[in-house]
Amino acid sequence: MPEAKIVVKRFDPKTGKFYNKEYMVPYSKDTMVLDALIYIKENIDRDLSFRYSCRMAVCGSCGMVINKRPALACETPIAKLTQPVYIEPLYNFPIIKDLVVNIDDFLDKLMKIKPYIIKKTKEPEEEHIIFSEQQEIFRYASVCINCLLCYAACPVYSSDEKYYGPAALSLLYRYYMDPRDEGKEERIEIASNKDAIWKCTFVGECSNVCPKGVDPAFNIQRLKIIVSTSILKSLILPKLK
Amino acid sequence: MDRFEYDILIIGAGAAGLRAAIEAASYNPKLRVAVISKVYPMRSHTVSAEGGTAAVLKEYDNFDLHAWDTVKGSDFLADQNAVELFVKLCPKEIIQLEHWGCLWNRDKKGKIDVRAFGGMSVKRTVYAADKTGFYILHTLFQRSLLYENIERFDEWFVTSLIIENNRFCGLTAINIKDGSFHIFKGKSVIIATGGAGQIYAFTTNATINTGDGYAIAYRAGIPLKDMEFVQFHPTGIPGKGLLITEAARGEGGYLLNNEYERFMKRYAPEKMELAARDVVSRAMYFEILKGKGFKGPYGDYIGLDIRHLGSKVIEEKLPTVKEMAEKFAGVDPLKELIPVRPVVHYFMGGVHVNINTESPVAGVFSAGEAACISINGANRLGSNSLSECLVFGAIAGRNAAIFASEHDFCNLPQESIIKEEKRIFEGILKRERGIPQAEIKYELKRVMDEKVGIIRNEEGLLEACSKIIKLKEKFKNVSVEDKSNIYNTDFINVLELDFMLDVAEAVAFSALYRRETRGAHYRNDYPNRNDEKYLAHTLIYKTNGEPRIEYLPVVITRWKPVERKY
Repeated sequence: MPEAKIVVKRFDPKTGKFYNKEYMVPYSKDTMVLDALIYIKENIDRDLSFRYSCRMAVCGSCGMVINKRPALACETPIAKLTQPVYIEPLYNFPIIKDLVVNIDDFLDKLMKIKPYIIKKTKEPEEEHIIFSEQQEIFRYASVCINCLLCYAACPVYSSDEKYYGPAALSLLYRYYMDPRDEGKEERIEIASNKDAIWKCTFVGECSNVCPKGVDPAFNIQRLKIIVSTSILKSLILPKLK
Repeated sequence: MDRFEYDILIIGAGAAGLRAAIEAASYNPKLRVAVISKVYPMRSHTVSAEGGTAAVLKEYDNFDLHAWDTVKGSDFLADQNAVELFVKLCPKEIIQLEHWGCLWNRDKKGKIDVRAFGGMSVKRTVYAADKTGFYILHTLFQRSLLYENIERFDEWFVTSLIIENNRFCGLTAINIKDGSFHIFKGKSVIIATGGAGQIYAFTTNATINTGDGYAIAYRAGIPLKDMEFVQFHPTGIPGKGLLITEAARGEGGYLLNNEYERFMKRYAPEKMELAARDVVSRAMYFEILKGKGFKGPYGDYIGLDIRHLGSKVIEEKLPTVKEMAEKFAGVDPLKELIPVRPVVHYFMGGVHVNINTESPVAGVFSAGEAACISINGANRLGSNSLSECLVFGAIAGRNAAIFASEHDFCNLPQESIIKEEKRIFEGILKRERGIPQAEIKYELKRVMDEKVGIIRNEEGLLEACSKIIKLKEKFKNVSVEDKSNIYNTDFINVLELDFMLDVAEAVAFSALYRRETRGAHYRNDYPNRNDEKYLAHTLIYKTNGEPRIEYLPVVITRWKPVERKY
């Protein structure tokens, strides 16, 4: 088996220092970056810390920066990377240890966008009648796994941590689009917050790194149109009366 | 050391734990609910469930039929009163999730659509593309944010239950982020920690599925039930073990041997690829044994053929299958067969609870894969488990809330707390120079794969039992190399391994003593079902030596055991 040279940017919370450590890891065409990290932990450095769980790109635990690009370690084959492979913790988050970052800020932002159906009228006895066409147009925006690669790639979030960020705003769009939701006005208000959609400069890096095709950049632009239209309506409509 | 106090403690934040939390929190907004999980909720293994979740929603279907399919699927080991309750409550839960925003696929009339699944007589599996678990988990997690009386402890690892005079008092837990040890006082607790596929090497389960909940219950004197019944899912990707959903066959996919024959016609002429999972997995195993598998780098495999379904069906209904095949098996499922092999997937057994999700210890409840009620008996039907998490998660949440409303806190016995702290921080963490946990873990996985797998016998099981006892001895020399406090996963992995060894013991010993073949438990030395002796649940109790086994009769209401054919 050939060996890959892997450099991990490590962080020791005791000393508060970063350091690069180099490892040689055997690999085949099926070896993912995650497999290599597990190999290092089990055979070389037992004190290397990183998060992982499902191994199939759906739990969102193993987001990290691989050769300068935010990616999920479990679905990134070593064989397709330029060596030495350089692995860093996700950008733009406080680092706890090695590749483990603190994601609490995202959870706060998730709360802000009210990620649940807002219902003001009585629930129907059975299910809502929704046609596939109504639902499938925004399904892509609903498959966010909260891996936070988009926050690591976002130049706005990198300099302004108050910005709600791509994943949270995409979910705002997803709930706005949901035919069951009766919180449209609240959602427009949330979107209009100074730290929400207007901070996005449409660089589009979030959509480039998203492993699930959520396309946050597009969703935020859609929200901008929705908010603008509602402002226009509120300006024009009274005059029409 | 902090002492937290909550009315209801919930261990685990997957579908069962979150459903329970929402139910308990809404039962009485004054009750304070703590959800403690070793991962953030959206990382829970529910997220990996793909195919769907069963419920009687269509006019052509009825409760009796769903119950019968489940009982037959269970090889008559399910408790029929529990199954009857379960099937009646499934539709309500599906509708509830629809109201909470879950994006179920729709039929042409705009109603919730259903698909075919193994062992189900009619189409009754509700689905959200092939990301059903993802949608259920995120819907529940996001909904749970609405309840101010739910507080979460994300990345906290529960190490033990504190029980005195057969009454739950609290639990001990480690905050993974800083390594600190804490006490949670509670009136009731719900164990919703999922399964333990990680005691095997070849498994669909996430690496977090180390059976922590089984072990803490078992150690606290609560018996585990039916642990010998480990489900092999027919279609895992060789090497990694990742899951290709049963929905691939539900939507019309074939299983082919190396002669391109749909061999299932010889094993289950009527249901073919959609027979119950134990039947399909064994058939695949026998085909491979006869030399009829395809050759691959990770051993012989069977071909899953979905080419004829066409790109539209695959894109709309099976996008994850396509993604998994391309990324993890390196094949294009529109043009090639997907290589698959039976793989450890689900534990029918679990914490012994009754139809109300109550364990024998007052105040301890359990739901989801962690629990054994049992509605799954010797073999679970695909798409019953997500429904089980919802139905019995809700029941556990409500009953734990009622219990907490009717009882007071009890005094925490100090000795057991001190003992637990010593076990971990002096016994395990301070041990100098020893063997790494990975060494024992892989020895354990190997023996479980080889001797407690899809085909079992007395000799192999005896070997496994004695090997596990030896590994438990060897564990005493495991050391934690990383001595730091902050996010020390070496430390947590050692604690998990300690639990895995107890779970493996329960599985292997339960399997040894069940000298018959039933559902997923196939003994080639006892190839027939023996209803006279074993129409009963295994209860296994931890002792200082070998575990103690008892049997509990199965509850039969309407369906007498008959021969099982598909």
